[in-house]
Amino acid sequence: MISLRNTFMTVYKGRLYPNYWDIVALLLALTVITLLAWNAKQMAVPYQLGQMIPISLEPSHLPGYALRTVLRMLIAMVFSLLFTFIFATWAAKSRRAGRIIIPLIDIMQSVPILGFLSIAVVGFIALFPSSMLGPECAAIFVIFTSQAWNMALGFYQTVRSVPSELKEAADMFHLSAWQRFWRIDVPFSMQGLLWNMMMSMSAGWFFVVASEAVSVSNQEILLPGIGSYIALAIETANVKAIWYAILAMLIVIIIYDQLLFRPLIAWADKFKAEQVAQEEEPHSWVVDMLHRTRLLRYFGLKLTRLFDSFVNISILRSKPVTYSYIVRKQRNEVVIAYAWNIILAVVLISALVFLGDFIFRMIPLSAILQVFELGMITAFRVFVLIVLVSLIWVPVGVWVGLRPRVAEYVQPIAQFLAAFPANLFYPLFVIGIIRFHLNVNIWLTPLMILGTQWYVLFNVIAGASVLPKDLLQVADNLGVNYWLRWRRLILPGIFPYYITGAITAVGGAWNASIVAEVVSWGDKKLVATGLGAYISQYTAAGDFLHIALGIGMMCLLVLVFNRLVWRPLYVLAETRYQLV
Amino acid sequence: MSTSTTNSSPIIEVINVQKSFKKGDKQELLVLQDVNFRMNEGEIVAILGKSGSGKSTLLRIIAGLVQPSAGNVFYRGASVYGPVRGTAMVFQNFALLPWLTVLQNVELGLEALGIDREERRERALKAIDTIGLDGFESAFPKELSGGMRQRVGFARAIVVNPDVLLMDEPFSALDVLTADNLKSDLLDLWQNKKTGIHGILFVTHNIEEAVLLADRIIIFNSNPGSIRAELKVTLPHPRSDLDPRFRNQVDRVYTLMTTAASGATEDLARIDIGYRLPEANIAEVTGLLETLNTPEHNGTMDLPEVADTLMLDIDELFPLTELLEILHFATISKGDITITQTGKEFVEADILERKKIFSAQLKKYVPLARYIYDQLVHHPRHRALEENFLSLLEDYLTEKEADRVLQTVIEWGRYAELFAYDYNAGVLSLENPR
Repeated sequence: MISLRNTFMTVYKGRLYPNYWDIVALLLALTVITLLAWNAKQMAVPYQLGQMIPISLEPSHLPGYALRTVLRMLIAMVFSLLFTFIFATWAAKSRRAGRIIIPLIDIMQSVPILGFLSIAVVGFIALFPSSMLGPECAAIFVIFTSQAWNMALGFYQTVRSVPSELKEAADMFHLSAWQRFWRIDVPFSMQGLLWNMMMSMSAGWFFVVASEAVSVSNQEILLPGIGSYIALAIETANVKAIWYAILAMLIVIIIYDQLLFRPLIAWADKFKAEQVAQEEEPHSWVVDMLHRTRLLRYFGLKLTRLFDSFVNISILRSKPVTYSYIVRKQRNEVVIAYAWNIILAVVLISALVFLGDFIFRMIPLSAILQVFELGMITAFRVFVLIVLVSLIWVPVGVWVGLRPRVAEYVQPIAQFLAAFPANLFYPLFVIGIIRFHLNVNIWLTPLMILGTQWYVLFNVIAGASVLPKDLLQVADNLGVNYWLRWRRLILPGIFPYYITGAITAVGGAWNASIVAEVVSWGDKKLVATGLGAYISQYTAAGDFLHIALGIGMMCLLVLVFNRLVWRPLYVLAETRYQLV
Repeated sequence: MSTSTTNSSPIIEVINVQKSFKKGDKQELLVLQDVNFRMNEGEIVAILGKSGSGKSTLLRIIAGLVQPSAGNVFYRGASVYGPVRGTAMVFQNFALLPWLTVLQNVELGLEALGIDREERRERALKAIDTIGLDGFESAFPKELSGGMRQRVGFARAIVVNPDVLLMDEPFSALDVLTADNLKSDLLDLWQNKKTGIHGILFVTHNIEEAVLLADRIIIFNSNPGSIRAELKVTLPHPRSDLDPRFRNQVDRVYTLMTTAASGATEDLARIDIGYRLPEANIAEVTGLLETLNTPEHNGTMDLPEVADTLMLDIDELFPLTELLEILHFATISKGDITITQTGKEFVEADILERKKIFSAQLKKYVPLARYIYDQLVHHPRHRALEENFLSLLEDYLTEKEADRVLQTVIEWGRYAELFAYDYNAGVLSLENPR
C-alpha cells in the first residue's frame, strides 16, 4: 500500500508571506494572460480549419480514440519533463533566475487551466492555419499546463535539498554541471518526480477529456478522442455511449497504471536517498518479468552503457579551473547582472503600462465588480463543498485507515477514483437534475468536487494508517474515548495529511468550476451562477476580453485564498502536527 | 613516516587566510582569522578544535570548495581557485550516492576525469581490493555497515591517485571499534606506501585520534577560528593509547586546549550579552559536578580522566566545563577541574534549593539571562517576543547560532524558573510575576 501524501499541487514551502518578487511574478502572469487574450481578439476571425475527422459513436472506434487520447497525454508529459528539467534546474542553480521563476510557476498553478483553452486554441490556429494541428497543439498545451508547474516546483525543491556533502563530493571529484545533473540531481529527485508525474497525469485525464471538444466563437472543434466521443454522446443524448466511454476510460487507466507507473515506481525505489534498507519494497509484475528475461536484461545493459556515454560525453566534461577562467567568469557575471536587471525593469514597466491601459480603458468598473461578485459565489461553493466533503470522508478515511486489512482494498480504489476523469460522469448527474427538476445552483455544485474529493479520502486513509500504534494504545490505556480521542489524538495526527488532500481538492474544484457550472444534455443546457459559468459562456461566444477578465479574477482569488488560508495551515501542519 | 622533510617545498601553504560570512545588510561574521600554516611532504597533519571553531571551513578552503575572504592558499606553488586535481576528500557522513553500487561510486571520480571504461573498471577494482572491500562491488551503500561505507569513501578517494588526502572528521560517524579498525588500516596503507599519497590532512575533535594518527597537531581556537598552538607528535607507530608517553601527549593537548579556555577565564567573568553560550545540558552539568564531589575525587579531576569516566568526547565535555566556569561552579587550570564552594553547595542541595542557587548564578553571571529577566520584569504584562532577543543576538552571531544560543538560555531559564516560554507563540513571560 502506498502511504505517501500526495497532491497534484505542489505547495511551495519557501515563504509564508509574499515578498515583492511575488508581486512582480503576479504582474507578469496577468500581463501574459491579457496579452494573449488581446492577440486572440485580433485573430478571432472565422477559423480556417482543415478537414475535421468525423467522430462516430460506434463502440468499435473507442480503442482508437482512447489511443489518441493517451498519445496526447504522453506528448504533453514529455514537454512537461523538458520544461521541468530546464526551468526548475535553472531556478535551483541561479539565485537570480530562481527569484522570478519560482513565484511565476507558483502563480501559474492557480491559473484556471480550462479558461486558458480558448485562448490557446486561437493562438495555435494562427500558428498552423488551416490544419487540425492547431487545436491539437492547443489541447496538448492545456494538458501541459496541468502537469508542468507541479512537476517543476517539486523538482526544484528536491534539487535544492540535495545534501551539501553530496554537492561537495561532486565538486571534489570534478563532476561537470552536466554530469552532476544526471548523476546527482536527477537520481536524487527521481522518486518525487515520478510521484508528481503520476499525480499530474491523474489530474491530466480530466483536462484531456475537457480539451478535446471545445467550442470557440460558436464553432465546435472536435479532436478524435474519448473527450470528443463523450461530447458527441452528450449532444445526441446517448446514455449508452456515455457508459461505453466510461468503460473505455476505466480500461485505459488500469493499463496505464499497470504498464507504466507501477513499473516506474518499483524501478525508482533504488533512488531512495535513505541509507538504510527498508522491509517492504514496491513490486510490479512487469519489472519482475523484465528482470527475469535474459534478452531484456541484455537490452537493459546496453541501455545503461548508452546512458553512461551520454552522461560522460566529452565536450560536457569539466575542465581544470584556471586563473584566467575565474577572471573571465567574474567579468561576465557583472555584465549579466546588469543586463538582467535592465531587461527585468523594461519588461516590468511595459507590463504595468499595458495592464493599466487595458484595465482603465477597456473595462468599466461595473464589469470588474460583477466578476468579483461571481467569483465570491464560486468561492462560497468551494467552501461549502470542502466542508461537506470533509464531514463525509474524514470519518470514513479514519475508519478505513485504522483497519489495515480494509485499507489494503480501499486505498487503491480511492486512488483510482482520483485519477478517473470525473467529467465523464457529469451527464449522468445532468439527466437526474433534468428528470427531477432540481435547483441548478445547488445541484450542479457537487460536480465541481466530484473528481477531487478522493484526494481527501486517500490522504486521510494514509494519515490514519500511520498513526503510531503506541499512541493508540496509550489512548486505550487511559480510557481516552469518543470525542476526546478524536480531539486529542486522531484529528491532530491526520492533520498534515488532511490539509494536503484538502488543498488538492480545492484547487481541483476551482478548475472544474469552468466545466461544472455550465452543462448540457441533448439540447437542454443548465447554467449555474458563478465565475466558472462566466468564463465558460464567454469562451463559447469568443469574447476574449471578458475571458481574460474572468481568468485574471479567478487566478487572483485562488492566489489570495491559498496565501491567506491554505499555506498558513500547511505550514502549521508541517511545524506543529508532524509525527516523526 | 614521522620524520618530515622540512627543507623541501611544502605541498600546501596557507597564508593569512580569513573567512567571514555576510549576515544581514552590513555586518560580517568572522569565522577564520589570520590562519597560516604549511604542510610538508610525507606528513600527517591533524587540525583539532571544538565544533564550530571553523576547522571544517579551513579544510574546505584548502580543498578549493570555499573561497577565502582574504589571504591565499597554494597547492604545490600554484594558487587554489577551485577544487584542485591532485586532492581527494573523505567526508564525515561518507557522501556516497545511494543509487550507485560500490563499484559505480568508486568509479565516479574517474568518470569525471574522462577515463575510458576499461581502465576505469580496472583501477576501481584495484582500489576496492586495496581497501578491503572485495566481494562488495555490486552492493548498494544501504546494504553496508557504517564502517564499510566509509571504506567505500576511502576507495573513491584513493582511486584518483591523489597527491594529498583531505579528511573531514572521517571516523566520527563510526562506533569506536570500527573506527579503530579503519584507522589502523589507513596507517598500514600509508606506511606501506601502497598509494601515491604524499600527505594527509584531517580535521577532528577527538584528541586521542589526533595523537594516534598525526605527526603534527594544529590546535584551533574558536571565535573566530585561529591557530592556537602547534604540537609535534614524535611517538613511533604503532602507537598505543595505553603507552604512558601517549597519555602524556594527550594530557599536553588537553592542557593546551584548556589554557585557551582558562586564558579566557578572566573573559568568562565578564562575558557580554552576545556571548556564544555553550550548549550544555543541566542534567549533565549536575552529573559532572556530582562526580567531582564524590569522596574518591575530592573535588578535583584531571580532564582526560573526566572524559574517560563519563565517556564524553571533547565536543561534549567542553561545553559542560565552560558552563561550570561561567557560573562559577568550578575552575579549570592546567588540565584540571576543581569544584568551587558554590558548586559544592549546589550539588549538596535538594532540587528546589538547587534551582535557587542556579537562578542566582544565572542572573549574576550570564548577561543574556539577566537581560531577558529584566525586560520581562519591566514589561507591564511581563511578556516579550522571542524575536526581539533573537534580533539582538543576530548582531553578534549567525542566524543559526543566535537561535541555538537563545534556545539554550531559554532552557536554563526554564530550569531556574526565571521565565516561562510558549513554543507556539514564541512568547517569553515571567514565571512568577510579582
